[in-house]
Amino acid sequence: MIDFGYMRANDVADAVRQIAADPTAKFIAGGTNLIDLMRQDVERPARLIDISRLPLRSVEETASGGLRIGALVPNSDLAYHPLVAHRYPMLASAILAGASAQLRNMASTGGNLLQRTRCPYFYDVATPCNKRQPGSGCSAIAGLNRMHAILGTSDACIATHPSDMCVALAALDATVHVTGQAGARAIAFSDFHRLPDNTPQRDTNLEANEIVTAVELPGRGFAANYTYLKIRDRLSYAFALVSVAAALELDGDTIKEVRLALGGVAHKPWRDPSAEAALRGQNIGESAFTRAADVVLRDAKGFGHNTFKIDLARRAIVRALTQAAAGTPQSQSNKKIA
Amino acid sequence: MTRTSTSQRSTSTIRVPEKIPVSLTVNGVETQLTVAPWTSLLDTLRDHLGLTGTKKGCDHGQCGACTVLVDGRRINSCLTLAVMKDGAKVITIEGLATDGTLHALQQAFIDHDAFQCGYCTPGQICSAAGLIAEGKAKSVDEIRELMSGNICRCGAYPNIVRAIQQAMGQP
Repeated sequence: MIDFGYMRANDVADAVRQIAADPTAKFIAGGTNLIDLMRQDVERPARLIDISRLPLRSVEETASGGLRIGALVPNSDLAYHPLVAHRYPMLASAILAGASAQLRNMASTGGNLLQRTRCPYFYDVATPCNKRQPGSGCSAIAGLNRMHAILGTSDACIATHPSDMCVALAALDATVHVTGQAGARAIAFSDFHRLPDNTPQRDTNLEANEIVTAVELPGRGFAANYTYLKIRDRLSYAFALVSVAAALELDGDTIKEVRLALGGVAHKPWRDPSAEAALRGQNIGESAFTRAADVVLRDAKGFGHNTFKIDLARRAIVRALTQAAAGTPQSQSNKKIA
Repeated sequence: MTRTSTSQRSTSTIRVPEKIPVSLTVNGVETQLTVAPWTSLLDTLRDHLGLTGTKKGCDHGQCGACTVLVDGRRINSCLTLAVMKDGAKVITIEGLATDGTLHALQQAFIDHDAFQCGYCTPGQICSAAGLIAEGKAKSVDEIRELMSGNICRCGAYPNIVRAIQQAMGQP
């Protein structure tokens, strides 16, 4: 690993001051992704600013009936938090579908949002990669791209965002709270991560001097009719080929409200308002679910090794909506798909 | 780039690392160390404290061989910087037995022949100790899922699960 300096931040204002004063510095919290990237020479910060001791570890109910999750709440604590397990079980399920128990004990809420793609060419500094080195080219488009994106890709990058937690947060309409030199601001979850376009080096709309302080959930948790269905190459501890967060509010068999977000298919958690609009007011059932899947995937594009993901995503969407409608969410320990 | 002699290069381009004092309580013993910022907890345990029971498998958080308990929680020590754990209590495989009596998990791994080469075993046992402390795994499916961060290349998984069940007091 490269030589780097190490400082601790005393509070959020101090963290912002330190990062603004040194463009070569990076924040470290759980470190599960950053330390690995530094070992691979992908990230080369001259200094780490340790934010892991900042007081951002609480989970609090908001006045509007939602939940405010401190950026340093570990993934495991969040998944098992009684309010999350009870009111937002789709979020708990998505978190438990990701990584391993050890990594979930280390990884923070804010860090989960900011983890980088696991595209093998991004990790391999001997190969061109526009995300790692803008302008150098994309090795994945004509390379081994089984894990790569089928939606929202660009000629510059077909990487996916690897998070499971973020797929549920996207479906739940979360808000990301950040603080920078210009003060605090709130970013809608769908505006937090970016599509690659011609600037794949930018994963998110977080500014260089900003720190994530909290993630806020609105009151609506879809606790009765939800699922998080993750399809991967082995049954546990693998990144998604395709994952689906599906949540419904039903009036009898009629869909009153619906949320549908996909992981493993794009540079950001993929939500499609037109697919959700196509489901609202419809009766639950395979025909409505298939139509919605067709809407989500209308512009899907494969790159050879990953072309199978288009059909896989279609079937996963139908299966996930069926699970959600039946109130039989996918178990994250018994992997038989219900 | 022009060629430089080793001595020139060492004075011109290599910075002397700034070492940082760290206090760790490892297996009940408080230890003062001075480490470079990039030293992982794993390397600290193995190379600075001579506790080689904790194994380096992948050094990328993918295999679980380096699992230890920090402040009671199982983590991957390879992805942990020692400087970030100043003041922490660390338990390694060497700290599980008490007064010469094996920990229930150690005995169960022997009873069930839950290893072949043994390289992943310290990580498996520390991870299982964390799993039992967490109290979330009840069924075999849950044990398997919540132990999925520990890879066993010999494939001793069925016996590992049985050993953990025994240590949990399951028949």
